[in-house]
Amino acid sequence: MNDLLVDVRDLSVRYTLSRSFADLLRRKPGRELAAVDGAHLAIRKGEAVGLVGESGSGKSSLGRALLRLTPATGEVRFDGTDVLRQDRRSLLAYRKRAQMVFQDPLASLNPRFKVGEALAEVLRVHRLTRREEIPGRVAALLDTVGLDTEFADRRPRGLSGGQCQRVGIARALAVEPEFIIADEPVSALDLSIQAQILNLFLRLQREMQLTMLFISHDLGVVHHLCQRVAVMYLGRIVEEGPADEIFYHPKHPYTQSLVEAMPRVEFPKGRRELPRLEGEPPSPADKPPGCAFHPRCPHVMDACRQDPPPSIRRVGAAATACHLYPETEKA
Amino acid sequence: MTLLDVAGLRTEFATPTRAVAAVDGLSFQLRPGEILGLVGESGSGKTVACRSLLRLLPSRRARIAAGTVMFENRDLMRLSEAEMRVVRGRDIAMIFQNPASHLDPVFTVGDLIAEPLIWHFGESRRAARKRAVELLRQVGIPDPAGQIERYPHQFSGGMKQRVMIAAALACEPKILLADEPTTALDVTVQAQILRLLLDLRDRTGLAIVLVTHDIGVVAETCDSVVVLYSGRVMECGGTQDVLTRPRHPYTRGLLDSLPTTAARGAELPSISGYPPPLDRLPQGCRFHPRCRFAIDRCRREPIELETVDDGHASACVRWREVMEVGP
Ligand SMILES: Nc1ncnc2c1ncn2[C@@H]1O[C@H](COP(=O)(O)OP(=O)(O)O)[C@@H](O)[C@H]1O
Ligand SMILES: Nc1ncnc2c1ncn2[C@@H]1O[C@H](COP(=O)(O)OP(=O)(O)O)[C@@H](O)[C@H]1O
Ligand code: SF4
Ligand SMILES: [Mg+2]
Ligand SMILES: [Mg+2]
Repeated sequence: MNDLLVDVRDLSVRYTLSRSFADLLRRKPGRELAAVDGAHLAIRKGEAVGLVGESGSGKSSLGRALLRLTPATGEVRFDGTDVLRQDRRSLLAYRKRAQMVFQDPLASLNPRFKVGEALAEVLRVHRLTRREEIPGRVAALLDTVGLDTEFADRRPRGLSGGQCQRVGIARALAVEPEFIIADEPVSALDLSIQAQILNLFLRLQREMQLTMLFISHDLGVVHHLCQRVAVMYLGRIVEEGPADEIFYHPKHPYTQSLVEAMPRVEFPKGRRELPRLEGEPPSPADKPPGCAFHPRCPHVMDACRQDPPPSIRRVGAAATACHLYPETEKA
Repeated sequence: MTLLDVAGLRTEFATPTRAVAAVDGLSFQLRPGEILGLVGESGSGKTVACRSLLRLLPSRRARIAAGTVMFENRDLMRLSEAEMRVVRGRDIAMIFQNPASHLDPVFTVGDLIAEPLIWHFGESRRAARKRAVELLRQVGIPDPAGQIERYPHQFSGGMKQRVMIAAALACEPKILLADEPTTALDVTVQAQILRLLLDLRDRTGLAIVLVTHDIGVVAETCDSVVVLYSGRVMECGGTQDVLTRPRHPYTRGLLDSLPTTAARGAELPSISGYPPPLDRLPQGCRFHPRCRFAIDRCRREPIELETVDDGHASACVRWREVMEVGP
């Protein structure tokens, strides 16, 4: 498939946990934690893929690994080249093509710079625009994200959450990237503001054919915005497929409980029971054996307690990694 | 029968120049066993309202400027501080979004739960501990007897919230004020805590004021709902009435902003603009600068709540038209 833009294969992100004092005395080696554990993910040009899962499932680690902001093993092919094995120069070129938007844009904006200066700085560093054209380009960027030109003279601290996120998006767009990784960009926003920013992302997709990895813990948001969705649990992608398929016909028991647990504005009520999924995800440092979801799974079988589920495989229109689906279906 | 009757509650913060009202004219009634949702975006005054009911104001610059809160034939706003201390915890308990910052880390969970029993009812330490184990069991903590010697920080987020609920329920209060109790939790854990609150209500007749910014949570759990915007009640009524037949443009705008109600990938008919800061509240209806229904009158005069249907009220002059136009 040559319309593939991002091809992630067997990606793992491991952190070494700091050792306790007792461990140091006993000269125990530091323990490892696999925040991302052998993830596969393919993103086509112009496609928006959503990455959902509960906190700690490894979504941010995966996102950061794609931009090499955190050490990782495996392969991240971008337009055919393995990003993880690039030298510094090509890495710099890659970062013009791929950009990140964060949940808290304030943290990534220098408080001393005015918004316009921050955007101009990006344009200068990447030598994208001739000096005399910079002010015009800054105004155009602000316009793209729905901010009045007067915002160029404002400082980040005086901005509301939604305005700040617009600036964060403008900064990512400054280098005219092909690929954007947005890590929970609307999670801190109020509903009406979230809707405005989602509309902005939809417009960017439509008008610029941006390719996007949209990370969120909110399945409703991801379903609205993305064509495909991948579901993560304890470092593994347990299900992946077309957004409607994941939302309306989830295969993996974890995805099923995520869908069921979504609070909905649907009436009459009381006929729909809140789901009975018990427990909370354990730390990735103490992953249960077998299927990591088995202690919470309503369908748990003996095999789940002993053996890791087979690697992710097609089930209908989606793909999942679960012992409930042993037979590989013919595609 | 009304358990709690709040009327015209107004809470102000002093600023260098004048006092601004973070909650202005809040009124609602709560029946035993009722779950009432207090919903609004951040800064709308939900937390200040809750704290005002218990007179636990967040700052010395805050004061309750008007209103009555009738509970068992007494106006809580006029009780002495000593009388109020008895009401807090014993009659009306409160839980918070972030249990970690409200559970004293130097006490074991057993002490946290037993202490109010000893304080309010003079129970013996042994009896109180036994009751603590029972309460932990009730809120769904596995192996409760083995847990009471542990400290709050040793529990996961959902379990901490359960501990806080157990501590709040220790004295069998009649009302629980729950301020965003599930906002910091993952959605599957949120569902567990909401189920727990519903079960407690069904079993004990506990009345709950559930503060949330999530309309989905309101729809799943609340019998009635009060929609706040910039400290004012925009709309209130039975949950299904308000959420299926909104009579206020703000409520309608919130519902339209939900990604799950729109067609996938369609533009969300969201509300334009941002809520105003407290010290720059607009004249007239506080929502008018963002409202697509606004007319001259909305900019001129404050708009009062008006009954639109049985138990359903809206503070909008154009409430009849709210559902008649497309997005
Ligand atoms: N820099 C780090 N050092 C050690 N552990 C980390 C680090 N960053 C994240 N983790 C751990 O990795 C796991 C996955 O984290 P993260 O990728 O942030 O998940 P998510 O974004 O889904 O919440 C968590 O258990 C987290 O505590
Ligand atoms: N300690 C305080 N000092 C000054 N203003 C405050 C304080 N606490 C809250 N406010 C203001 O009161 C308003 C309502 O706040 P709050 O009740 O916390 O809103 P919500 O809980 O709905 O997010 C906000 O405008 C907020 O800025
Ligand atoms: S593999 Fe087994 S335990 Fe894991 S989710 Fe599937 S059924 Fe449940
Ligand atoms: Mg994250
Ligand atoms: Mg609050």
